[in-house]
Amino acid sequence: MTSRKPILFRLMAPHIAPAILALVAAAALVPIANLAFPPDHALHVPTGTVVLVGKWLTYALLAVALDLVWGYCGILSLGHGAFFALGGYAMGMHLMREIGPRGVYGHPVLPDFMVFLDWEALPVAWWGFDVFAYAAFMALFVPGALAFVFGWLAFRSRVTGVYLSIITQAGTYALMLAFFRNELGFGGNNGLTDFKDVLGFSLQADTTRAALFALSALALAGGLLLAQAIVTSKFGLVLVAIRDAEARTRFLGWRVERFKLFVFVVSAMMAGLAGALYVPQVGIINPSEFSPANSIEAVIWVAVGGRGTLSGAALGAILVNWLESFLTGAYPEAWLFVLGFLFVVVTLFLPKGILGALRSLRGRRRAADPGKAPEKSPAGATQAAE
Amino acid sequence: MTSAATAPAPVAPAARTTDALLYLDAVSVSFDGFKALNSLSLVLEPGEMRAIIGPNGAGKTTMMDVITGKTRPDTGTVLLDGVHDLTRLDEAAIAELGIGRKFQKPTVFEMVSVEENIVLALAGPRGVRASLFHRRTPQEARRIEEVLEIVRLGDRRDALAGALSHGQKQWLEIGMLLAQDPTLLLVDEPVAGMTDAETELTADLLRRINVDHTVVVVEHDMSFVRALGVKVSVLHEGSVLAEGSLDQVSAEKRVIEVYLGR
Repeated sequence: MTSRKPILFRLMAPHIAPAILALVAAAALVPIANLAFPPDHALHVPTGTVVLVGKWLTYALLAVALDLVWGYCGILSLGHGAFFALGGYAMGMHLMREIGPRGVYGHPVLPDFMVFLDWEALPVAWWGFDVFAYAAFMALFVPGALAFVFGWLAFRSRVTGVYLSIITQAGTYALMLAFFRNELGFGGNNGLTDFKDVLGFSLQADTTRAALFALSALALAGGLLLAQAIVTSKFGLVLVAIRDAEARTRFLGWRVERFKLFVFVVSAMMAGLAGALYVPQVGIINPSEFSPANSIEAVIWVAVGGRGTLSGAALGAILVNWLESFLTGAYPEAWLFVLGFLFVVVTLFLPKGILGALRSLRGRRRAADPGKAPEKSPAGATQAAE
Repeated sequence: MTSAATAPAPVAPAARTTDALLYLDAVSVSFDGFKALNSLSLVLEPGEMRAIIGPNGAGKTTMMDVITGKTRPDTGTVLLDGVHDLTRLDEAAIAELGIGRKFQKPTVFEMVSVEENIVLALAGPRGVRASLFHRRTPQEARRIEEVLEIVRLGDRRDALAGALSHGQKQWLEIGMLLAQDPTLLLVDEPVAGMTDAETELTADLLRRINVDHTVVVVEHDMSFVRALGVKVSVLHEGSVLAEGSLDQVSAEKRVIEVYLGR
């Protein structure tokens, strides 16, 4: 965290570097293992696995975004799933437009659900989404803009702690109800689905899926690097100060609301990017993505992995989802109990999450070795004051 | 507020009748009918060190809150340098003008290192962009060394601030004030809970700081106030009861009544 160190050094901190290397390696090797090796080869990775893990990687990016605001700035957002879903909708709208006349009703412009609702023209909100670059821009811009307006109002009025959490929760719930309505023009209850291709590549093709996997891995690596750059700068030090003693930070002359607003918007855009990568891989986006339960699950991923550790948040997202996919296959009715149990256990026994626990274990071993007692753990691996 | 509100913004002519660094006139604050400050007036010369004493509930902390922008007074004038109307500014703006505050309870950032606490307080740009791309300059590094040396925490620079002893935390907080390099330091009960030796060192520290800073010290500990040897203002029920040297005010009948009569 010392700002004397050059940026490259700060980015390659011991707990980030392995994660980045693993992600870059996965982005390169998994597609090869999937595409170049025949299905009966020992090194073959089945397409189903590629898609599944690709989806988890987008969840991991959402977790990193959440950790940035919760772990480092103490903003416990219970509505981060909304930014993820908005990014997903932006991408979904583009994929709908790409279907073109190949829809069930064969309308040259209107997506099927609009034809079904007897709409005659494309709503203004859908204009321009046939251009990929515009959709990609909107996937970042819309979550960022929402975060800006919300954050500007909330942080300026000094809404903090549990009140802020409740408002974010209510916000995502309100969005869910709005998106459920057909009149809003985003496919209502059914959402957006039946996508055909993206940038001309079929979404069913193994190559496209491998490419989406690689993109997700690289996006996660990029998100980790950006977040790491932020938290290791002097800005990051101010974030931790705000998290631990907001009023004190203000008396030192820091305009707390501006710092919160900046990091909240960055985090929302990161979540939007994650959503935009998620949708082409799962092939559907519907209002249930706004469900408060989704946002709460994201909080659990971060708590399990270790808040204020960034790579721990990503790890938590992947581990919990791996566990979920295993358990929902083996013991479907047990999953929700396990998830709840997991959260209780982590809160009680691993308050710093898996990564935080590993780190303090290492610290204790070093402390046992006299003369090398660690005075200071990385500022991030600490408990956030809510 | 009334007189300040009618004065055209940056220059309030009434204030320049005095060279006071800090000028409080007829400041009143009430909370649900309780008058925390009752027409309080206080004038502080540049370079002065002033001790504020008074029983619990006399309004000492509320006065600090008003000066630092945490509480807005109902009525009254609060001017810094005769030109800055503090009743209209928020905490961050007042901190930027050069008023630093040390709280009663040591409030250092426990989860970051001693050095980083100083870095957070260090004078310099406070913007989002400036802090994102900030690189420490040699001057800053020198200033950090200086402050750490003054508050005797050089060898604990990498320790988490939360791991410091109570007295060390108080010093770290004073160090943070120094790093902020304010023109006016408000110090709330710096020696509460300190050992005698620590108290002496703190008096020493404050006198050293007073060489180029104006200081207001709120304190209960009479032997500490005596050790400082500065002008004393006695607060009682939200206004100034007496002013002068410690010996003068402690000879006053009303002060004795307030302190001993109950």
